[in-house]
Amino acid sequence: MTEEIIIAGFGGQGVLSMGKILAYSGIMQDQEVSWMPSYGPEMRGGTANVSVILSDDRISSPIINEFDTAIILNQQSMNKFESMVKPGGLLLYDPNGISHHPERKDITIATIEGAKEASSLKNKKTFNMVVMGAFLKIHPIVKMENIHKGLEKSLPKRHHKLIPLNEEAIQVGMEKVKIIQEV
Amino acid sequence: MEDVKLMKGNEALAEAAIRAGADAYFGYPITPQSEVIEYLMLERPEHRTGMVVLQAESELAAINMVYGAAGAGKRAMTSSSSPGISLKLEGISYIAGSELPCLIVNVQRGGPGLGTIQPAQADYFQAVKGGGHGDYRLLVLAPSTVQEMADFVSLGFDLAFKYRNPVMILSDGAIGQMMEKVYLPDQIERLTDEQIVEKYGSWATTGKKNRERNIITSLDLKPERHEKHNIHLQEKYKKIEENEVRFETIQCDDADYIIVAFGSGARISQKVVELGRKKGIKIGLLRPITLWPFPKDIINKLADQAIGFMSVEMNAGQMIEDVELSVKGKAPVSHYGRMGGMIPTPSEVLEAVEKDIANIKKLQEV
Repeated sequence: MTEEIIIAGFGGQGVLSMGKILAYSGIMQDQEVSWMPSYGPEMRGGTANVSVILSDDRISSPIINEFDTAIILNQQSMNKFESMVKPGGLLLYDPNGISHHPERKDITIATIEGAKEASSLKNKKTFNMVVMGAFLKIHPIVKMENIHKGLEKSLPKRHHKLIPLNEEAIQVGMEKVKIIQEV
Repeated sequence: MEDVKLMKGNEALAEAAIRAGADAYFGYPITPQSEVIEYLMLERPEHRTGMVVLQAESELAAINMVYGAAGAGKRAMTSSSSPGISLKLEGISYIAGSELPCLIVNVQRGGPGLGTIQPAQADYFQAVKGGGHGDYRLLVLAPSTVQEMADFVSLGFDLAFKYRNPVMILSDGAIGQMMEKVYLPDQIERLTDEQIVEKYGSWATTGKKNRERNIITSLDLKPERHEKHNIHLQEKYKKIEENEVRFETIQCDDADYIIVAFGSGARISQKVVELGRKKGIKIGLLRPITLWPFPKDIINKLADQAIGFMSVEMNAGQMIEDVELSVKGKAPVSHYGRMGGMIPTPSEVLEAVEKDIANIKKLQEV
């Protein structure tokens, strides 16, 4: 099994760390992983994206232009990545701030109100975990126990007290994800 | 579980340097390799192994600190990115002339000049053909995974000391910035002066005890003597060419078209092989691990079975010259590359390969 994912949004949304937690969770179940960020003169509010690959086999290119899943968190990323989802793939997005909704007919489309759910959890930083939960509901590529280990590995020790909140956010995402179109 | 971590290429290289028993790192920050010195500064290796880490006032200072430490027989290294390596070239030539072992890491970005901070492979000529002045060679290792960023540190130091020659790790921004799973090597103890003499002979300035003075210099004003020194260097380079060629072949056995690519270009090309084979095109990948010495024999051998070659590089076509010299006219060699920090996608490379194969077949019919 190989899952090629792009996560794209604004800097500060937790795009890179969501990718890192997914990658670490993959390692915890003995998979090969790669995490390739867009890097550059980027900052809070600018665009940020990361390609994450989890695979049972050796990963060829960490740099890819076709994805099984695109997780889209702003309009610029929608414009850039909608066309790069493989036919039959998944596009998951937060409709908040999206003015042009996806138009592809050959992919599964799902939404998650990440920002809204995160503020109801009273911690806006859980946004990325809500979104990750939504993704994992549709593509359960990593087990919850491995996500727990992934969180432990990727968060510094001083933040380990936040792991239960993050796991709650993942659960919320799993419950609140809406499939708009299925192929 | 083994010591497995998710790390950036730059971080893995830095941790591997501590574990390789390096004595000293001298550097100056520059994107996209600043994580090397950041990691070392945070990790405080002076408490772990006694390794010295110092941010010099400039790249020139850093390479000359390496020159000094290497002269004392220490495992010394520096790292930078393209414009910074250009600044170090005078020192690198001196180190090569003085026959000193050291490790130089180039995490390439787009050039020329200050260029851009995105990945490129446009320093191939600089690394492989000289860069600095004089008839010298660097042994050049090209990692294509985060694991190799870690593994090549210890290998690089071993080769550097085996031949008393500077070794370069030629990486790029993509390999430096991406994270992959990495198995970290065990800690190697740093050597004492006595162990250095015992292991490598007494050429270093470890203190004169019952022996002639060791003089470390690249200057010799007598041309007769200096020619002899040059002949000696050439003999050494010949030995390296005979013994240290490293490469990887991926699906070359039945391939009738060969891509030659290194570093992150080789990762992209691996995907091209996958995609091509799904379409029934028998592509193979030859990945040079040492860029110098270049794996010319295997490429020449593959030219007996392949109808064509493509050198895939993130530059305007540099390694292609070595591929052509290796193929020796047995098959056509073309190039596909992007420049200035642009990374080619697997599908655009595959398209170029398909076009090239069609062209070759058309010519064969004529």
